[in-house]
Amino acid sequence: MIQDLFSVTVLIGILASGIRLATPYLYAAIGETFSQRSGVLNLGVEGQMLLGAFAAFYVSLRTGNLWLGLLTAMLVGAVMGLAMAYVTVNLQAQQGISGIGFYLFGLGMSDLLFQKLMPTVETIRGFPRIYIPGLSDIPGIGEIFFSQNILVYSAYLLVPVAWFVLNKTTLGLKIRAVGENPDAADSLGVSVARVRYFTIILGGTLSGIAGASLSIALLNVFQQNMTSGAGFIAVALVYFGAWRPIGVLGGALLFSMVNALQLWVQVLNIPIEPEIAVMMPYVLTILVLVATVSRVRAPSALTKPFEREN
Amino acid sequence: MKKSVWFLCILIVLSMVLSACGAQATEAPAPAEKFRVAVVMPSAINDLAFSQSMYDALVRVQTEMGGPDAFEFVYSDGMFVVDDAAAAIRDYATQGYNLVIAHGSQYGSSLQEIAPDFPNTSFAWGTTVDTFGQPNIFAYEAASQEGGYINGVLAATLSQSKVIGVVGPIETGDAKLYVDGFKAGVAATDPSVQVNVNYIGSFSDVALASEAATTHISAGADVLTGTAQMVVGAIGKAEEADALWFGTQSNQTSLAPSIVVASQVYHWEVILNEMIGLIKSGTLGGRSFTANLANGGEVMEYNPDYALPADAKSLADKTVQGIIDGTIKISLP
Amino acid sequence: MSALKNKLQSEWISRFIDSLLPVFATLAALLIGAVMLLFLRVNPIEAYAALWDGAFGSPNAFAETLVKATPLLLVALGICISFRGDVINIGGEGQMIVGAVFATWVGLTFTNLPGWLVIVLALLAGFAGGAVWGGIPGLLKAYFRVNEILSTVMMNAIAVQLMNFLLRGPMIDPSQAQLASKIPQTAPLLDIFRLPRLVPTRLHLGALIAVILAVLVYILLWRTTLGYRIRAVGQNPNAARYAGIKVQRYVVLALLLSGAFSGLAGATQVYGVNYRMITDGSASGFTGSAGFNGIVAALFGQLHPVWSIPASILFGALLVGANKMQRVVQVPSALVIALNGLVVVFVVSSEIWRRRRQRQRLAVGGMEEEPPPPHEKAGQAEAGT
Repeated sequence: MIQDLFSVTVLIGILASGIRLATPYLYAAIGETFSQRSGVLNLGVEGQMLLGAFAAFYVSLRTGNLWLGLLTAMLVGAVMGLAMAYVTVNLQAQQGISGIGFYLFGLGMSDLLFQKLMPTVETIRGFPRIYIPGLSDIPGIGEIFFSQNILVYSAYLLVPVAWFVLNKTTLGLKIRAVGENPDAADSLGVSVARVRYFTIILGGTLSGIAGASLSIALLNVFQQNMTSGAGFIAVALVYFGAWRPIGVLGGALLFSMVNALQLWVQVLNIPIEPEIAVMMPYVLTILVLVATVSRVRAPSALTKPFEREN
Repeated sequence: MKKSVWFLCILIVLSMVLSACGAQATEAPAPAEKFRVAVVMPSAINDLAFSQSMYDALVRVQTEMGGPDAFEFVYSDGMFVVDDAAAAIRDYATQGYNLVIAHGSQYGSSLQEIAPDFPNTSFAWGTTVDTFGQPNIFAYEAASQEGGYINGVLAATLSQSKVIGVVGPIETGDAKLYVDGFKAGVAATDPSVQVNVNYIGSFSDVALASEAATTHISAGADVLTGTAQMVVGAIGKAEEADALWFGTQSNQTSLAPSIVVASQVYHWEVILNEMIGLIKSGTLGGRSFTANLANGGEVMEYNPDYALPADAKSLADKTVQGIIDGTIKISLP
Repeated sequence: MSALKNKLQSEWISRFIDSLLPVFATLAALLIGAVMLLFLRVNPIEAYAALWDGAFGSPNAFAETLVKATPLLLVALGICISFRGDVINIGGEGQMIVGAVFATWVGLTFTNLPGWLVIVLALLAGFAGGAVWGGIPGLLKAYFRVNEILSTVMMNAIAVQLMNFLLRGPMIDPSQAQLASKIPQTAPLLDIFRLPRLVPTRLHLGALIAVILAVLVYILLWRTTLGYRIRAVGQNPNAARYAGIKVQRYVVLALLLSGAFSGLAGATQVYGVNYRMITDGSASGFTGSAGFNGIVAALFGQLHPVWSIPASILFGALLVGANKMQRVVQVPSALVIALNGLVVVFVVSSEIWRRRRQRQRLAVGGMEEEPPPPHEKAGQAEAGT
């Protein structure tokens, strides 16, 4: 019943689940943060994730080498990103729409390959949990933070790295400049096209890893449409995080923790209709954003193609 | 400019070729003796769940009947859009298939509309018992509560912690039947065992399903079960925690050979064979079939690699017999 | 005189080529699809012949195409309004669902009213339901600065759960409620509540309503103050504010109207096609992804309500034809989805040629251009801040 929710087991369970559930969102949303900071909205994340998930799974299954699988997922994501970059930068296509196209392509293609290459659903041994010596023995904390797999740890390491790159490096400065004022950046000799190519391909690569984190690290299985909308949630989380990696982290954790909480609500037989419980993370994400009215403005050039004045 | 004109010409030629072909496209009439079946189903044929159970059954029927020359079947997979499924059903009926199977309870209303227009075609709709009183609709369903009950009996017997976790999609249809049967089986064996049920609100969210399994394990469950195609991730979590798993719809042993105890497997071919026999003798519908333990439409398949204690196995066998001869009644809420 | 005539003529030809661009782009995408078909050991000519046949091969096939195009067009009309107002509404899926729920409730509740009245009330209810589900993100954006991409994504998910709950709970078909396996569907609508069919096919009145509404939306956007203001806010919110327009109000209105049209699309699906609501647990099981595909159709139609009509038909034809292709050559339907994605990417990419030609025409002093290119307005995700 409801008082059961306030126990140490449940708290640890929620935190540990939340950290795992947030992993794919983190990769995908941080990648999306880079591309949005440079002025490109990529709605195709879901498709990139699905293709990445399949590529990682299939290559790992056939070769037995998880790292090769991960590398393939990154490559597949990067190629999808390259295509997206060509379409948005060179052909100046409407970004929201081309993203939907790439989403549908990834959704269909991953399913097609799955059906043609695999007779049925199979499982593999994914990246094992790494128990950090000493720390993983701390009761509670150890289970939550220090007994996850490598792709979970690196997702959280990615957050400060992304923050550092965006805010403390010349590259980050260029990315932000291109997203805020491409004309000025261009006149200062920054290649808007090159920067955007970089961020979109980076975004695709990270989405590929996001997919791989599901198929060869967290779930160790591939099933059609297995991301089930996670790519769209990831895009939403970029807005939640106001285009800052730390904000994205906050959003991903909030969404995932509430999702973990609703699983517990059902498991503890608290009398709430399951659908109402499932709605909770979505509703709460909106409500939190309402409560903390953000003053951060979107990158000015977001969704705007850049063309040099002649 | 030049480029686009060149491009345009090619495309115009191409489209003319296409439309010319379109005019010629005709359906070759099938030889009279060949039995032709079309099936429309909601997910992929390799989902290791509902759709695959039908696909595998059709393959088995084909083998039994002597290969593609005697029994031909075509399918439309991934027809989760009800409206697209309706178009597919109508189209297959137009092409003169002997039997058109609508493998999804959501297709019922469409079938009700379409069937009267094709009085010489036989239709089958599952999973349900409703033929709408029409002479050319068969209805079929799986008594998934029966296998659920057996799984429940075994689960209650094998659970040390007396806590069992269930992962489901939405509380309806086949999933609901299975889960309710499972709960009844547990309650009949050991009322002190706690069954926690989690409906995750989706048939596709593998990540949430597997985290639901983890949550059950954290809450003390040492035996898990689940239904529909998104539970494939949950099985892995059970394996990691060395909890036992009970499967349904298809045989899920291959996913985690060390911990899957048993799977309830649908053998639709039992029902398909009956339908085909009726159709050949001129009865095109109007009956409903239930795949159950008694008629072999449902089979309990045990994992040979799992050392199931002999007394548990004999209890399961006795329960199966009890359900078959009617001494065990499963009461559903 | 004749110089002007020549110019007009070349202008006309040039525009005609422009309007065919999406068709060419579609064919180019299908060429890539042909390669994929070859990999699947399927003869692409046979496959595409089936596609053509399924979409246009017979009056029945064409009717199916139009039935598919109807919700696309309705969603597209809403998208024309919201994108012109510089709000990106990707909540069409959820708005269709809520509109359908409202409309279905009307049909199941007022069973003793005359048929025509219930149909009218139901369509209005659908419109209202969509307006609610679109209006909430509108309010959140205008007054709480919650980005609409975020809120509409979340509200799509909420709508699915709402539908699943209602259809297995309070709104379940009473005959299903008694069975152990409760199929999540509502009771069927009475026969007299069905949208009349136009010819002896599945083509229903909803298609005609959508076409009429396309013209009305055109009038709304370009012939009324309301439309002018929505577009002004979309083009430049700051300038609009200086001109005395209450920017926030029009942001809300743009999303609300956009949602309303999607809601109407949901209602016509129930009253024209399915005659009840059924769920398979996902949004697209009911919507057929029209909430997304409608956005694409609107862009194919260059965000112009009237041009969205042929665009929706083209897209509807592709969807219907591709399903037929799946049946004839027996490829997994996943290929159809991948192909659909390729077409979207190609068509949206082909826009660049239209824009270039448009600029060329302007450069030679052509006629006044009508709708400016979409991306020039669909920028700035944070309007009204």
